[in-house]
Amino acid sequence: MPMNVLVCVKRVPATAGQITLTPDAQEIDTRYLGFTISPHEECAVEEAVRMIETHGGSSTVLTLGPEAAVDQLRDAMALGIERAILLETDGREWDPVATAAAIVEAIEAERAAGRSYDLVMFGNESADSAGYQVGVRVAGTLDLPCVTGIKAIEIDQGRAAVRRQTESGWETAEVALPAVLTVKEGLNLPRYPSLPGRLKAKKKEIERITPHWQDGGLEKIRLKLPVQAEHKVEILGKNGDVGAEMVEVFQRLRLL
Amino acid sequence: MILAFIEQVDGAPTLLSLEVLTMAARLARNMDVPLDAVAIGPNGAAARGILTSYRVGTLHLADDLRLAAYAPAAWAHTIAELADRINAKVVIGTASDRGGEVMAHLAARMTLPLAANCTEIVPGDAFIVTRQRWGGSLLEEAHLKGRVKLLTLAPHALTAEASPNRTEVATQTFAPVLDDKDFRVRLIPQVEADSGKISLAQARVVIGGGRGVGSAEGFATLEELADLLGGAVGCSRVVTSLGWRPHADQVGQTGTRIAPDLYIACGISGAIQHMVGCRAAKHILAINTDPTAPIVKQADYAVIGDVQKVLSAVNAEIRRAKSGHERMVTEAPAG
Amino acid sequence: MSVSGPPAQARVVVIGAGIVGNSMAYHLAQQGWREIVLIDKGALPNPGGSTGHASNFIFLTDHSKEMTLFTLDSVRQYKALGVFTQSGGIEVARTAERVEELKRRMASSKAWGIDAELVSPAEVKRLVPYINEDIILGGFSTPAIGTVDSLRAGTLMREKAQAMGALTVVPSTEVVGIDVENGRVRRVRTDQGDIEAEAVVISSGIWSPRIARMAGASIPLSPAVHQMISVGPVPLFADTVGEIKYPIIRDMDTNGYERQHGGDLEVGSYDHRPILWEPDEIPAIGQSKLSPTELPFTKEDFDESLEHALELIPDILGDPSVGIRHAINGLLSLTPDGLPLLGETPEVKGLWSVAAVWIKEAPGIARCVAEWMTSGVPEIDPSGSDIARFYDHQKTRAHIRGRSAEGFNKTYGIVHPREQWESNRRVRVSPFYEREKALAAVFFETAGWERPNWYESNKPLLAEYGDRVMPRRYEWDARWWSPIINAEHLAMRDRVGMVDLSAFAVFDIAGTCALDYMQKMCVVQMNLPVGRVIYTSLLNPAGGIKADLTVMRLGTNHFRVVTGGADGMRDRKWFADHLPEDEAVQLTDLTSSWATIGVWGPRARDLLQSITDADVSNEGFPFGTCRFIDLGSVRALASRISYVGELGWEVYVPFEQGARLWDAIWDAGQPHHIAPVGIGVYGTTGRLEKCYRAYGNELEQEFNLVETGLARPQVKPQDFIGKEAYLKQRAEPPAVTLCTLTVDDNTSRSGFKRFMMGREPVLSAQGKRIVDRHGRGSYVTSAGSGPSVGKTILMTFLPPEQAKVGTRLAVEYFGEQYPVTVAVVGPTPLFDPQNARVRS
Repeated sequence: MPMNVLVCVKRVPATAGQITLTPDAQEIDTRYLGFTISPHEECAVEEAVRMIETHGGSSTVLTLGPEAAVDQLRDAMALGIERAILLETDGREWDPVATAAAIVEAIEAERAAGRSYDLVMFGNESADSAGYQVGVRVAGTLDLPCVTGIKAIEIDQGRAAVRRQTESGWETAEVALPAVLTVKEGLNLPRYPSLPGRLKAKKKEIERITPHWQDGGLEKIRLKLPVQAEHKVEILGKNGDVGAEMVEVFQRLRLL
Repeated sequence: MILAFIEQVDGAPTLLSLEVLTMAARLARNMDVPLDAVAIGPNGAAARGILTSYRVGTLHLADDLRLAAYAPAAWAHTIAELADRINAKVVIGTASDRGGEVMAHLAARMTLPLAANCTEIVPGDAFIVTRQRWGGSLLEEAHLKGRVKLLTLAPHALTAEASPNRTEVATQTFAPVLDDKDFRVRLIPQVEADSGKISLAQARVVIGGGRGVGSAEGFATLEELADLLGGAVGCSRVVTSLGWRPHADQVGQTGTRIAPDLYIACGISGAIQHMVGCRAAKHILAINTDPTAPIVKQADYAVIGDVQKVLSAVNAEIRRAKSGHERMVTEAPAG
Repeated sequence: MSVSGPPAQARVVVIGAGIVGNSMAYHLAQQGWREIVLIDKGALPNPGGSTGHASNFIFLTDHSKEMTLFTLDSVRQYKALGVFTQSGGIEVARTAERVEELKRRMASSKAWGIDAELVSPAEVKRLVPYINEDIILGGFSTPAIGTVDSLRAGTLMREKAQAMGALTVVPSTEVVGIDVENGRVRRVRTDQGDIEAEAVVISSGIWSPRIARMAGASIPLSPAVHQMISVGPVPLFADTVGEIKYPIIRDMDTNGYERQHGGDLEVGSYDHRPILWEPDEIPAIGQSKLSPTELPFTKEDFDESLEHALELIPDILGDPSVGIRHAINGLLSLTPDGLPLLGETPEVKGLWSVAAVWIKEAPGIARCVAEWMTSGVPEIDPSGSDIARFYDHQKTRAHIRGRSAEGFNKTYGIVHPREQWESNRRVRVSPFYEREKALAAVFFETAGWERPNWYESNKPLLAEYGDRVMPRRYEWDARWWSPIINAEHLAMRDRVGMVDLSAFAVFDIAGTCALDYMQKMCVVQMNLPVGRVIYTSLLNPAGGIKADLTVMRLGTNHFRVVTGGADGMRDRKWFADHLPEDEAVQLTDLTSSWATIGVWGPRARDLLQSITDADVSNEGFPFGTCRFIDLGSVRALASRISYVGELGWEVYVPFEQGARLWDAIWDAGQPHHIAPVGIGVYGTTGRLEKCYRAYGNELEQEFNLVETGLARPQVKPQDFIGKEAYLKQRAEPPAVTLCTLTVDDNTSRSGFKRFMMGREPVLSAQGKRIVDRHGRGSYVTSAGSGPSVGKTILMTFLPPEQAKVGTRLAVEYFGEQYPVTVAVVGPTPLFDPQNARVRS
């Protein structure tokens, strides 16, 4: 049965070994960093592409972010997503309430235009601000069932059977579509973009909506780096001459 | 009133819930308001005993058989109704998968902001919270507004402290008015057959491999060391992306968070996303060709060198030590 | 954090352990150096510089002989280390213009002795089955091309130096300062302690400018982005063994390349906009996701390259299962003129630069610089890459960035030998500039100077001389050229011309020991009467030609050296390096103080006499003399000498009086129909007819005075640099002799007359390479029109068998061989062999 899938993604910096902040402590210094889609969402994109490959239908990617986030939309389209919607901001950060409201507004506008979604996918949490709630909020407002933290999805007969990992094993759930699912990395192994994919994505149009800002009630004051305790490293040695030293450490820690 | 949402397994509050209670008690003292707790699911009442050490006034228990199974929306609905009823000004829960999920549903239902993964909370008209980003590699100071302040507490942001002075805890059962819609999602636990392998999350030793391992085949030396030490093998995100190991082995922000006695990081540079996953390790031993790699700076022990060379040497050394030990044991009676 | 700190003392500290630093450590050890310290901020084997992400393939042919020799030596070394994989390589042409360029590359390959062939699209397809042969017109295939493991090569060289007991390696240690005392390097300061050192080698790649600045020196390079992606898994490569089986493709017309790398295909580009970085802006190791030289990929810059690659390799790149698995903006080093930066810095003694060096040439360059540091005499002449070549303005950020950006897209470009730079022009202008502009001068640049190459105002001369101007109808040959040059030449020979020579570099050598010093520096006798001017060569200790220039003796203890603008800074360093330490001789650079006009032609004397009271008759002012004379209201230093073979003078005036001098000569020249004459005549046609040699063309350290025909009958009794070697060279028959050839027939198969430009292979009449007993192939060192002799003139070194007047040979130009004849062996001029004009 063909289905319409919407994947919501976020543009985040691809961080390196250390985080540096801008002088005003409002942002991460991204001068040397690239940007990417949050890892969980990369899997959501891959899953959407596979679903459409299997079941037919259409896939759309949506993001809320600055003009530069077009990059991430095109990345998703390079992997096989067909349409893209940018909820264009002026670059400042939108909190989870505001973000969810903007996405709901867009989904309702889509519905009004005759495009309704059987499945809306999010990452479980964004890599950067990690609010753990946008997907749930969108589901709540749209009155859709929602499962978070998913690592396996099977679609059958208008229902989604999902699985997620817990500390002690797995949990399963089954929901009727339409539904909201938030997924985690490990759901699949995302493909790399092909050249034709990239070039096709480049030529595609990005639909743009200017969302309405609202005060969501969680306001960033500043960012700060956690205090790193002064740390002493004991160098055990180099290359192949360290067997004995390492065994001694294992014994000291009562592992041997 | 502050309301703490606690999770419990067979009546025993989880460690993270005790941390939430500790934080909630501090807040209550600070704000000079009482502290109540709510537990949902089977055997909630059994948690009362422990709560006597956390200044909890009343333990609220929901009376609806349908809540026995975990249904996030229904649980959130239940808490929302209770929060209204007792006029809670703060609802705080854990940032576990389940705690976070319920609190998100609660926030959606109450149309209130939620601050997730807080490490510090300063009350006020608007609260000033410090919350984790990037898995804790970065902190954000933020104002949290709303008529009820909703928060989840980051794991291990503080140490759970039971008060030596126990207080009486009342229990009160209430019957929330739940809608069928709240039960559209129920999570059914699925017990997997024990593979006999030590799980990453529970292993005492984890041997993690990164790009420096060289190849999928290169993990054989890590497996060997894991066997010798009775540990589990993990990996970095690069390794998963390269297809060398399954995602289940991934340690990090988007993988498993581990807390072993010793984490041996082999050929892993130590990107923040990875360090987030192994921060709880008691000791870190890094094997890396680059002494300036971030992982080395954060390790307790370091070996500078090629992973394969180092591990071959150490595996041989352990086998020698073990066989020597066995020889002594077997030879002793003869002597 | 370092496992062991650096030693407190070293003979030489090599900063940077990429392919260059490792090669330097090895070659210094080979040359007998001990107590070498190799230091890097990063860890080994890949400290994070450009070596770590290089695509590691080596194409052999470059139009530059120097670069090709470095590359060929490097390949020999890589092979000896066992890190070279031969795959072959093909440059493909999509356009007709490129097909022509590939013929030119064929010619360069022949000149430098590289086996290559032009192949059809079908043959390219046979070699590279995944190429779309429909869009290419042909290929230039070199079987000996291959790839190297540069990290492994570095490690092996490091280990060899360590095995010799010569090297201490100090990784993960940052250089924080370099101490200089009395102009000489003394100490390298690091975050792990100081190292006293006699010499310091900066082989720090894109960070080299930063390191040099610590010592107060300049290494003028700019880090620039080269984009590269890796796609895979390629089904076709699944079963190939090893890193590479198929030839590397260079898609020349779109500035891209495609090469197999295991199961992947690497696609790189020099097509995107130039993306320059500042050496100070490069992220630290911890701040970068991959490495400091592998910056985040900027996709939009690469999109066009993707499309080009897809057109050429549709079978692989169009496969939807083949994904972009890796993509970087890799940093590499660009320089203002595209050549490396080698040698001791002119600012600090003992501080050596080995920067802007790519994988393909690194071991060869390292051997060269190590020899240079050890004996002063490298086997391969590095003059083109000598870091001392730059004038101060060429070390400014604006110049480096402007030229680097402009040069980036020329990486695979069809660069005409006479092509001019567009950025940062009009930095140095003579006082005649406004007059020249008014005469519609077409300016070419030399060392930042704007020099008229010809004057459009001379167009009427074309009618006067008709076909004697040897017109060129083939566009390539006529590009950056005008027949007016040849008309100016003829007008000068018939009447008189004036040439702006202000780009000359002028140094005064003065002091009590000036004569002794000049004797030591120069080959010819310097104990001349005051007022003599003389042409001389300077040699290196091995008897290679280091410079050629003219010297005026202005006083007992006062000499004035005049040399070409392009060579000025290198020559100045050579002089400065040999100044006695006691300051008994001083060198003063007067380049910016003196403007110069050359006045030459049969009517030069009449012209000059009309504005001076001085006696400028042949007796009153003989050839080879110089003195101050008054020209109208200007007092000028006139020097009777000529590089064009005519009667006349170089006239030097204080810079600010230049315009006045110009006007005086111009006005006085009107009755004589004076023509303003450009460097096209001075540098090419005039000198070629006279068989005058030019530095960088005929004269270089690889050839000696006997071979170039510049050996004088007598050798002066005084000692001079290179004398011993020179005496030895004189005692044995030369391996080659510099000859002048004329082209018998310029007509190509297409019917066009074609005109060589230099660097073409000189072949036997049967089309075979001519090689001397040292293995050096014959090639055209200079080429140009000889309007007065009506022939195209070429110069070349020929072995004794061919070096005979009348020998018929061939020159290959754009895939065709043209018959040529040896017209002159040695220095005898083709035009006016008795030098009657000069001495009239």
